[in-house]
Amino acid sequence: MCLAVPMKLIEITGEGTGRVDSGGVSTDVSLAMVPHARVGDYIIIHAGFGIEVLDREEAQIRIDLFRELAEATAHLEEA
Amino acid sequence: MNPADENRTAQVLAREIHERCLSYGRPLRLMEVCGTHTMAIAESGIKSLLPDNLQLVSGPGCPVCVTEKVFIDQALETGRRYDACLVTFGDLVRVPGSSGSLAGFRSEGGSVRVVYSPLDAIEIAAKGAPRPVVFLGVGFETTVPTVAATVKVAKTRGVTNLFVLPAFKTIHRPLEVLAAKVDLHGFLLPGHVSAILGSDCYRYLVTDYGKPGVVAGFEPLDILVALRDLVTLAASGSPDIVNDYRRVVRPAGNPTAQATIYEVFEEADASWRGLGLIPGSGLKFRPEYASFDATTRLQVEVPPAKDDPRCLCAAILTGSRTPDKCGLFGRECTPEEPVGPCMVSSEGTCAAYYKYGLAAGR
Ligand code: SF4
Repeated sequence: MCLAVPMKLIEITGEGTGRVDSGGVSTDVSLAMVPHARVGDYIIIHAGFGIEVLDREEAQIRIDLFRELAEATAHLEEA
Repeated sequence: MNPADENRTAQVLAREIHERCLSYGRPLRLMEVCGTHTMAIAESGIKSLLPDNLQLVSGPGCPVCVTEKVFIDQALETGRRYDACLVTFGDLVRVPGSSGSLAGFRSEGGSVRVVYSPLDAIEIAAKGAPRPVVFLGVGFETTVPTVAATVKVAKTRGVTNLFVLPAFKTIHRPLEVLAAKVDLHGFLLPGHVSAILGSDCYRYLVTDYGKPGVVAGFEPLDILVALRDLVTLAASGSPDIVNDYRRVVRPAGNPTAQATIYEVFEEADASWRGLGLIPGSGLKFRPEYASFDATTRLQVEVPPAKDDPRCLCAAILTGSRTPDKCGLFGRECTPEEPVGPCMVSSEGTCAAYYKYGLAAGR
């Protein structure tokens, strides 16, 4: 029930509301809890509300970390 | 990341988990508190990657599972007595009460609407006025702010036929109950509850109970990283709280969401299936919003509800049993014909075991 998914904010549609998109499917959400959200941000959506804005720097750090781990094993596989 | 790299990363992490468990030497029991984690773990097959001395048990973080049967009875009685339209998230529809479920109520001609967002209840109320519309308020801190925000909108718009029947739960008190158990060595902390509450709020696990906790995301690799860190902390003997979901969870959480919750609701006692009455573990309406409270505005009397004594949900929700120990599992109790809430909720532990055929005892 605490499922929440990141979707990209593509438009601010009114006071505290916006339209988000994921893979071409767009939907209207409330931004009441993420007043600092800007168009282009990825928003974590739960039950029709943005509950947090994705931190891109942290998201990149995570991907880099996983990539390093993967590369380290790839080397081992080749050796 | 491509699937091959993802696989490699998973293997590295699994190897690290194995190494740490091996050097620790003793059994480790860790609990994933959140039902969404339970489902993600089952779906990804993570348990098959874990060493034998590491047991991962499910906790009470499936809102539908910890909701008492009497709540369903209360909802149905409210619907009948006041000819109210019951609005709910889909998960609750087939949960059996003492005499039938919401699905049954609907087939008798009762009005039940399944919504994706609590905001939808405002439109339903506006269109159906003056018929009372009752939103069934089940959920943890992730969901509560969305209901609180909905109530605020309804108040501003002057919608007077919308009510909420609150059975909300908050995570800290039950977590303390579980942290006091000697046979639980650490906690995989709920990612989206933490998005609201922050990662700093769990310090008491360390200071009062000497137990580590790791805030985890929901991708398989997120869960493996968090497990690796949790195993490391549990084995090291120096507990700490680590946030492995930093892309979403801030140290202090989302202050706007927290303020929204406590503008509309205040702390109350709550009764949990499996854990019983826990003081301060629920929420009730503040006096300023009392006109939305279905408990007082649409009063009903329902007798105390008895659970099927053969259902082990209570023990499962506290991590002391696994579903395969229940005699009804897969026989009398299946997702099509659920006996207990752990089977009916899509994120219940019994449903996860059934759907993914998890091995006994793991
Ligand atoms: S299998 Fe069904 S009856 Fe048994 S514990 Fe799970 S929900 Fe309860």
